Amino acid sequence: MVLRNAVHKDLYADSVALMRVAARLAEPPGVETISLVMGTPANRDVLARSGLLTTPGHDAGPNDLLVAVRGEPDAVDTALALVVDALSGPGEGPGAGPEAGADTGPPVRSLAGAPAGASLALISTPGPYAASEALKALRLGMHAFVFSDHVPIEQEMLLKREAARRGLLVMGPDCGTAVIGGIPLGFANEVRAGCVGLVGASGTGLQQVSSLLHSMGAGVSHVIGTGSRDVSAEVGGPTMRAGLDALAADPATKVIVLVSKPPAPHVADQLLQHAGLLGKPVVACFLGTDGTAPDPSGVTLAPTLLEAARSAASLAVGGALPPGEELTELPAPAPPRRLLRALYAGGTFAHEAALLLGPALGDITRTAPPPVPGAAPHLPDRHLVLDLGDDEFTAGRPHPMIDPTVRTEYLRAALADPRSAAVVLDVVIGHGAAPDPAAALAGALAEAPLDAPPVIAFVVGTDDDPQGLTAQQRILRDAGAYVVDSSTTAARMCAELLSSGGDLMLTPAAPGSASAASASASASRIGETA
Amino acid sequence: MTAQAAPAQGLLTGVPHVVNVGVDAFAGPPRAAGATVTAVDWRPPASGDPELGAGLARLVAHPAVEAANAAALERILGVVPLWTDVRPAGELIPELAQERLLLHAGPPIEWQRMCGPMRAAVVGAVLLEGWAATAPEAQALADAGAIRFAPCHHHDAVGPMAGVISASMPLLVVEDEATGLRAYSNLNEGQGRCLRYGALGDDVMERLRWMGERLGPALRAAIGSLAEPVNLRSVTAQALQMGDECHSRNTAASALLTRELSAALARHTDLGGIEALDFLRDNNYWFLNFSMAASKLALLAGHGVQHSTVVTAFARNGVDVGIRVSGLGDAWFTAPAAPVDGLYFAGYGPADANPDIGDSAITEMHGLGGFALAAAPAIVGFVGGTPKGARRVSQEMATLTVGRHRDYRLPGLDFVGSPVGLDIRKVVDTGLEPVITTGIAHREPGIGQIGAGLTHAPMRCFTDALSAVDVPPEPGE
Repeated sequence: MVLRNAVHKDLYADSVALMRVAARLAEPPGVETISLVMGTPANRDVLARSGLLTTPGHDAGPNDLLVAVRGEPDAVDTALALVVDALSGPGEGPGAGPEAGADTGPPVRSLAGAPAGASLALISTPGPYAASEALKALRLGMHAFVFSDHVPIEQEMLLKREAARRGLLVMGPDCGTAVIGGIPLGFANEVRAGCVGLVGASGTGLQQVSSLLHSMGAGVSHVIGTGSRDVSAEVGGPTMRAGLDALAADPATKVIVLVSKPPAPHVADQLLQHAGLLGKPVVACFLGTDGTAPDPSGVTLAPTLLEAARSAASLAVGGALPPGEELTELPAPAPPRRLLRALYAGGTFAHEAALLLGPALGDITRTAPPPVPGAAPHLPDRHLVLDLGDDEFTAGRPHPMIDPTVRTEYLRAALADPRSAAVVLDVVIGHGAAPDPAAALAGALAEAPLDAPPVIAFVVGTDDDPQGLTAQQRILRDAGAYVVDSSTTAARMCAELLSSGGDLMLTPAAPGSASAASASASASRIGETA
Repeated sequence: MTAQAAPAQGLLTGVPHVVNVGVDAFAGPPRAAGATVTAVDWRPPASGDPELGAGLARLVAHPAVEAANAAALERILGVVPLWTDVRPAGELIPELAQERLLLHAGPPIEWQRMCGPMRAAVVGAVLLEGWAATAPEAQALADAGAIRFAPCHHHDAVGPMAGVISASMPLLVVEDEATGLRAYSNLNEGQGRCLRYGALGDDVMERLRWMGERLGPALRAAIGSLAEPVNLRSVTAQALQMGDECHSRNTAASALLTRELSAALARHTDLGGIEALDFLRDNNYWFLNFSMAASKLALLAGHGVQHSTVVTAFARNGVDVGIRVSGLGDAWFTAPAAPVDGLYFAGYGPADANPDIGDSAITEMHGLGGFALAAAPAIVGFVGGTPKGARRVSQEMATLTVGRHRDYRLPGLDFVGSPVGLDIRKVVDTGLEPVITTGIAHREPGIGQIGAGLTHAPMRCFTDALSAVDVPPEPGE
């Protein structure tokens, strides 16, 4: 152990620089203590009291750098030799710190820190925090798109009251999709700009209708999601009403489409009445509402998503309704194949299918035992229409639109099940969806047994979407699936295939909107209105 | 639900400017489609407490709070801190002369809980006042409960580190003519072995006595003979252009202040003017106590605005740290004192360090210190070594304040004003803890300073304070 002092004449360095260098030079093993100070009387005094001052140090002046090192001889010599270089070296120069790189401002850490021009908050935080973030957005004068789910209904009602009071729009909570002036939010498709404005409490329903409008040559002005609970009895449809009003006031919107799973009856009545007074034609597809009531004035009721798109396209583009899809006749299933296996990622499609197939198939179950990890899913001995986006299937994992794992397991089970007579799959593409959802399903189809039941699939989206509608359809077709153009068509095709006797009449859900189609008519057109 | 809601005003008329909060991937598509997208680097606010977060949300952009904070800021910025006098503390704060009272830094603390450096400073003050003849006697006096303790802040005063003020210590007086407000601080002892860092010994006592008997009177005479009081705002503004942040670095400001006084001091040789000049020449920290008193004065003016969420005091006693908030009266919101991340003198390390201590963080609340780090390239070593890092700290602190100073400008940030008016709402919302530049005292009594560095004001002070805020009613509610 040695103690050495070195004096560098007229070498000034700031005390912080000196302390930094001292800290660095003290790191190597063998250095016990190192001190770098300017040689002022006070500093010399401090060193002396610490027992670090030796003869050369006594002579240091205020403008001299005084270095004192104690430790193993070699390490001390090395440290002394490094001092001057260390003071001018890269460690003390620019770029030494962790922030080396672009000198940009700090990140925005809160909604309140957003620039003054911000107009719309897109919120996807965990549920317990979402309502607070949305409330902040409203307080700051921003509209809010709340993707988050698991927001308590009282908080949703509070938010919507606050929004109404401020003349702002809250989409959600649990809002999957919106397109505002061509800007996609959440899950959304690249649809042509046009004059149809959509409001809906169903995310995939809005995606289906907007994509179909695109394929029919019409375009959309805006798509406004409301969140699935907006039209419940408790919440009362405030966002849907505000969305209707906004579209009514929007010069770019000529036709309005409402899409929803069944609203609470009095909410549906109020909304339809309200819609009839807007002064713009409204097409309403409230899945599951009583189809026997006459259309309220100014409103066309559409029983299915496809019908909603056709009616709106006709109103937007003018002229006759676009044609419905031609059905492919499938060979009748051979016993014991008699059961439907509809495995949906989109909850609205499951709902629509259950409504369309109920009259034809009778007993349909909407639930299956939750999957047991490591075991093949168990399928019931009944027709099955499953929403695999439901909470019990997504606990701890992403929605099947993003992660196909769980649905693929059900698909394999359905293909292997000798009772399966038909399998239905939806593939939702667009922003937010998986990069190649058809491929995951095609993999399972390719491994299916030779005598596997027919698979009927539809792709929701457009060719302008990142995944490409045609490309996804081709993948499914190449894997052996029957690919149809819409959720509605897929459900009707199953009805034809599975309804017994081959002469069952499909029930039209609303007068004047869908004609009956017979299972025996190999080339009948579905949903064509005279 | 009222049906007369205006139709979602403005939403559909143009391309929205989207703020993305949550899943990062959602920012991409709207940006690609041509929208301006601001991505929020979000984390759960209020330390993840959803209930407090909900309360916070109701205070965001609240008109009553915004107006109150604007008023508080205006009051803070309106103060002109004039150094008018130096007098014994007992003359300025009569209780100090009337009873055995000692003031200390930080929120209230009893003798039994005081940290080492503060206990040492108490012993030193007792000896200075002649209440005891030896250190053990002084300690016994405190143990017996014969001394009353109160925070400096409760008497409009501030003291760095231990911040102990006794009757015979000279205090500098800072006044604002417009409001008549006054604030005080003790005089800086210089570097090395100082009472404020808890150093004890004959050298320390000798200097304290000299400060009371010679330095104080000399300064008083000098300031009295100037044509007008010294405007500390203008000294601070200049020093920020010269590399100081006026908390941990006061080199330029001390020189400027000494220059103001030098001729006057030289004329008062009989009172100790030349000794004072010798002392000031060697004391780079001389201005610190002026910076603190000026800051205290400004924040005193900003205190007491109903509904204001602006922090008007941040202080540490070495055990607890505490804040006061303009609209929340005299309450302190405290948390355990944080450790200091810093650089140490030879032979010392983090294990020797006392947790954060001193009233000096009042300067940060006034836009100086860590908030003005961009002005002080020479001390950026404390934040990782680069001027860029220092600029980043000042920029981040600006996201936590109500406004910026009109006179205190930061050369490193293109002369933008330094951030002033720390808002507890913003601290709790962003999860960013304010940055403090500070000295490090040895945890044992009697040793003194062992380093300097950076620390953060603990979040709990801010979440607790926010919990105490009532949401004011709004028109139409």
